[in-house]
Amino acid sequence: MPSPEPRAVAERQRILVCDAKAAARGLRAGMPVSAALALAPGLRLREREAAAETEALLGIAAWAMQCTPSVALDFPDRVLLEVSGSLKLFDGLAPIAARLRQGIAAMGYSAHLAAAPTARAASWFARAGQPCLIDDSALLEGELRTLPLSVLQYAEEETLASIGAASIGDLLALPRAGLARRFGQGLLDALDQALGRLPDPRGFCVLPERFRAAIELPAEATQAEALLFAAQRLLAQLEGFLAARAAGTRQLLLHLSHRAGPATRIELGLVAACREAAHFALLLRERLQQTALPEPVRSIALEVQAIEPLAHSNQSLFSDELRQEGNWPRLIERLRSRLGAAAVHGLAMCADHRPERASARAEPGARQLDLDFNLRPFWLLARPQPLQETGAVPCHHGPLKLLAGPERIESGWWDSADIARDYFIARAANEALLWVYRERSPAGAWYLHGIFS
Amino acid sequence: MPGLAVAFDQHPGIWRGSELTRGCPGIASGFAALDAELPGGGWPCGVLTEILPQHEGIGELRILGPALAQLAAQGKFIAWIAPPYLPYAPALAVAGIALERVLIVKTAKDGDSLWAAEQALRTAACGGVLAWPRRIGYTQLRRLQLAAEGSRCLALLFRPSEAAREPTPAALRIALATSAGGLALSILKRRGAPLSRPIFLPALSAPPLAAGSHPSPRDYAHVVDSPAPAAAAAGSLSARLALA
Repeated sequence: MPSPEPRAVAERQRILVCDAKAAARGLRAGMPVSAALALAPGLRLREREAAAETEALLGIAAWAMQCTPSVALDFPDRVLLEVSGSLKLFDGLAPIAARLRQGIAAMGYSAHLAAAPTARAASWFARAGQPCLIDDSALLEGELRTLPLSVLQYAEEETLASIGAASIGDLLALPRAGLARRFGQGLLDALDQALGRLPDPRGFCVLPERFRAAIELPAEATQAEALLFAAQRLLAQLEGFLAARAAGTRQLLLHLSHRAGPATRIELGLVAACREAAHFALLLRERLQQTALPEPVRSIALEVQAIEPLAHSNQSLFSDELRQEGNWPRLIERLRSRLGAAAVHGLAMCADHRPERASARAEPGARQLDLDFNLRPFWLLARPQPLQETGAVPCHHGPLKLLAGPERIESGWWDSADIARDYFIARAANEALLWVYRERSPAGAWYLHGIFS
Repeated sequence: MPGLAVAFDQHPGIWRGSELTRGCPGIASGFAALDAELPGGGWPCGVLTEILPQHEGIGELRILGPALAQLAAQGKFIAWIAPPYLPYAPALAVAGIALERVLIVKTAKDGDSLWAAEQALRTAACGGVLAWPRRIGYTQLRRLQLAAEGSRCLALLFRPSEAAREPTPAALRIALATSAGGLALSILKRRGAPLSRPIFLPALSAPPLAAGSHPSPRDYAHVVDSPAPAAAAAGSLSARLALA
């Protein structure tokens, strides 16, 4: 995320990692914090948080399950994917790698990606930062020999170096019995597992039932665009999570936390289940632009409580026109995200004779009752409008001519909103056709209730 | 050059000044006299149409009823954007418009109405977009016309009759006025030869009514205390006559 100041993460008073701006000022990993602050006085320093790292790792693992169900964590910083079963679906190793790279970037992380016939070898290549994708066991040993010993994360690495071993190849060249005697069976087993000579079982992750992810903003933000930029990373993670479960969701909950005061809740409701990050982002953009924030936002959390099955969408064989035609929920969601849920609705008839109750709001697209009514106007006034009366004739921009009626509607005694009216179709002086009624009461006042149009 | 003349006759983009354009076929309006004068033989799709009624309530929706019913029957949504009153479900049902395909969008600002109209035009889900903007400028009209051109929508804009004085990028502009109990449609603008005389649609604003202004008690369509309207079909005769 772009930030105006240089940033770095420190652990035990030493710089662990720094961004490009900090590096440009001469900061290096391993440098004492005091020296770093002398070089870059405006440095934004954060203490390393192991819990946040684990959470990020779990988030990436859950996201990666869209590529394969077998995902294992290799603490503290690696995720292992068993992809041999997915090669045919994705058409090879390179497309999977491309997808992983793109997704990880969309979530706002950077990663070294490597593939090898054994889990340990892949893990070592990734640790060494070698972006090799090896899908042939015959090539594995040759590539493995070039790796430095640091990939082992072996406590006695310096002792190994002192006996003249600098790479995995050097270790493999040593006699096995002697190696085992000096450094223990563990080192030998690790080498054998990397080469595929020993089994290397891993415990695969199980996806959580709910989705929850949070992101802390580098600087407090109020702009919708800045919030959206951060939220998009969470949405990308959500898309992977939903894809892994072959599911979609209708409801997203976003918590925007502030420095003080309660978090702002943004709830996105969808008409149809969906899992596309791009669509969520579109809806969220409209909502964020409409939302007034009480304070700048410090962090964003995304939560999804309920998911529902949603099949992977197939590519259309013919033009995608047909597919789009069934896409009306998208339109409704877009309109609602900007105008509010109440502003976009459908219509339904209700089994009630009282004209104001015969028509009601409904969910668009929902099947409606088919009822038989008499001639009714296209427009109904929200509230009947009282009409003047001159010489027993109701007037609305001049006297009205009653053309048809009366249709007596007398109903509703059971819910104390009863009406007793005589409805007429009337023609106004300007030729408009109106639906008017007279109260069946001694006063007999006239009202305008509809326009035929 | 007979070959060239034939080619001219067949090319959809070329028409003689005295004829109407032969663009994509429109949606039959249900009124033969009107269809004969509309390019494409009906309400045009994929262009913006302006309807300028003299007053509201003179029949501006009834002339659209059959076309909207056809679109809804094809499973397409009809979006009503910022209507001046609430569309009344029983009337839409009587006009044959499937209620599950009705989408009503209420807006607080004109900007929102135009945005909603554009969104509706840009999805294939909508077959008809009806909008009632309070105020709209030429640039915004142009934008809607462009959105309509990219769609297969029946795009209808309802504007006051005074708007006839302003230029418009819309492809079709029809003014509605009452005339001797009927409805006179003046096509102010269309693609093709201009039409000087108005089209007269009788029966529209005059439903045949039984009793006039002094009804006798036997003509009462009487509904008393029965909970469901479906049981009471009395009086629906006038409905059928009026819409026939």
